[in-house]
Amino acid sequence: MKALVCVKRVIDYNVKPRVKADGTGVDLANVKMSMNPFDEIAVEEAIRLKEKGVVTEIVAVSVGPAKAQETLRTALAMGADRAILVVSEDEVEPLAVAKIVKAIADEEQPGLIITGKQAIDDDANQVGQMVAALLGRPQGTFANEVAVEGDSIVVKREIDGGLETVKLALPAIVTTDLRLNEPRYASLPNIMKAKSKPLATKAPADYGVDIAARLKTLKVTEPPVRSAGIKVPDVDALVAKLKEMGVA
Amino acid sequence: MSKTLVWVEHDNASVKDATLAVVTAAAQMGEVTALVAGSGCDAAAAAAAQIAGVAKVLKADDAAYANALAENVAPLVAGLMADYDAFVAPATTTGKNIAPRVAALLDVMQVSDILSVEGPKTFTRPIYAGNAIATVESTDAKIVVTVRGTAFAKADATGGSAAVEAVGGAGDAGLSTFIGSEIAKSERPELTSAKIIVSGGRALKDAETFAATITPLADKLGAGIGASRAAVDAGYVPNDYQVGQTGKIVAPEVYIAVGISGAIQHLAGMKDSKTIIAINKDEDAPIFQVADIGLVGDLFSVVPELTGKL
Repeated sequence: MKALVCVKRVIDYNVKPRVKADGTGVDLANVKMSMNPFDEIAVEEAIRLKEKGVVTEIVAVSVGPAKAQETLRTALAMGADRAILVVSEDEVEPLAVAKIVKAIADEEQPGLIITGKQAIDDDANQVGQMVAALLGRPQGTFANEVAVEGDSIVVKREIDGGLETVKLALPAIVTTDLRLNEPRYASLPNIMKAKSKPLATKAPADYGVDIAARLKTLKVTEPPVRSAGIKVPDVDALVAKLKEMGVA
Repeated sequence: MSKTLVWVEHDNASVKDATLAVVTAAAQMGEVTALVAGSGCDAAAAAAAQIAGVAKVLKADDAAYANALAENVAPLVAGLMADYDAFVAPATTTGKNIAPRVAALLDVMQVSDILSVEGPKTFTRPIYAGNAIATVESTDAKIVVTVRGTAFAKADATGGSAAVEAVGGAGDAGLSTFIGSEIAKSERPELTSAKIIVSGGRALKDAETFAATITPLADKLGAGIGASRAAVDAGYVPNDYQVGQTGKIVAPEVYIAVGISGAIQHLAGMKDSKTIIAINKDEDAPIFQVADIGLVGDLFSVVPELTGKL
């Protein structure tokens, strides 16, 4: 079974984003960029399924700027077999990304599509579900554990009240939550090897997808700032404060 | 006036709190019709009909809708949307699972996790873990949004008297099966509606220490219990305790962060709390930059002392 893994190049999760002074967006110039952490978990899960003999080939896909090939090289260094980069220097919304992934899935016919549950830049949490809808296939979102059983996949999902288990007919789409696995680091020899793995470069038009934005961003602003309050010296002072607030 | 279809989150018997904020958001966009999709969900439909501001309730009662499997309910919603201008769902794990599937079926770009309704098709939403707020305007013919519950007041659960109309859909899409769930039963207030939350971090050492330290304080305050990602990853508490960018978003009256350093991903989930209290031995911990009241000290002596003195 072939697995398609979708990865996004985003601001590194350790970087504190800064809103541009002109209110048009977040300043990404000279900011460290990395693979979306949830997508790293997706790549790792595909590799583990390959190590178990369930998956035979892993194709990593990214829709993003030309520089996203670094992100795909990371996926290849971790263990993906080949990569497809669909280049757009403009931001591509989740719906358009989903349409591109759908078109790639139509060509590649994967048994499983794995991606992060959300990207930590736009926090949309949409692509996996949209791909599933467009393909008319089931979705196992926020996966905590997956197991392929014959022609179906059992997905344990993280939900608000705890965990839920669903069984999905393959081909299926899985989106990863934090505790599905702990992604490996690529070793130096694998990083070297990844440089010679195939990486195809495409354009949205190659898949007949219109990526014109449906949402107009009118402005981007800083959230209301919380200022630091006071420090109390000891528990008695804290208790007094809580009593003042009517909490205790 | 535009017509909105609200996803009612329920357990077939009663309506979950998350729905009430969604009704408030939807009412700012137009007339509210509430959709109760479930199995044996008469009681939930009756409860939805009483929510103030709900003009009509649609009840889709089918075994296939029992567990809100997205494969089954998304086509139902997409079909009903022929008569509505906007689909409004809570940004809960259920809403987040279903709404994008509906949006894609309608060829609409969803607006996730809205904080406010600024116009018929204009909304604000957090991006980059809430480090920026985007104002976006949809150009799609129909609107699909998910609503951040803490950003809208809750509609009154009673006072309405909407008519309930039965609707049907295609039922089971034959793609997915619900196997089971592990839902923690707790007398404690739910995190997203708790007035007070006591939250613990990695510093709590292990599951036993977490329970022995945090639980008595929470009991004393009648508080919900939360945790940082680090504490959940380390197995101190189950996943549904996680507060943060990708966990639960909370905004209680009082949030007590115990042994939590305050990574931006955690702050994203709790910085709208009315009062934040931080207890941490590291006086340079970022949590103190957002805390209204900070106490620098060893939580293993401070927390029991605090519990004893309350």
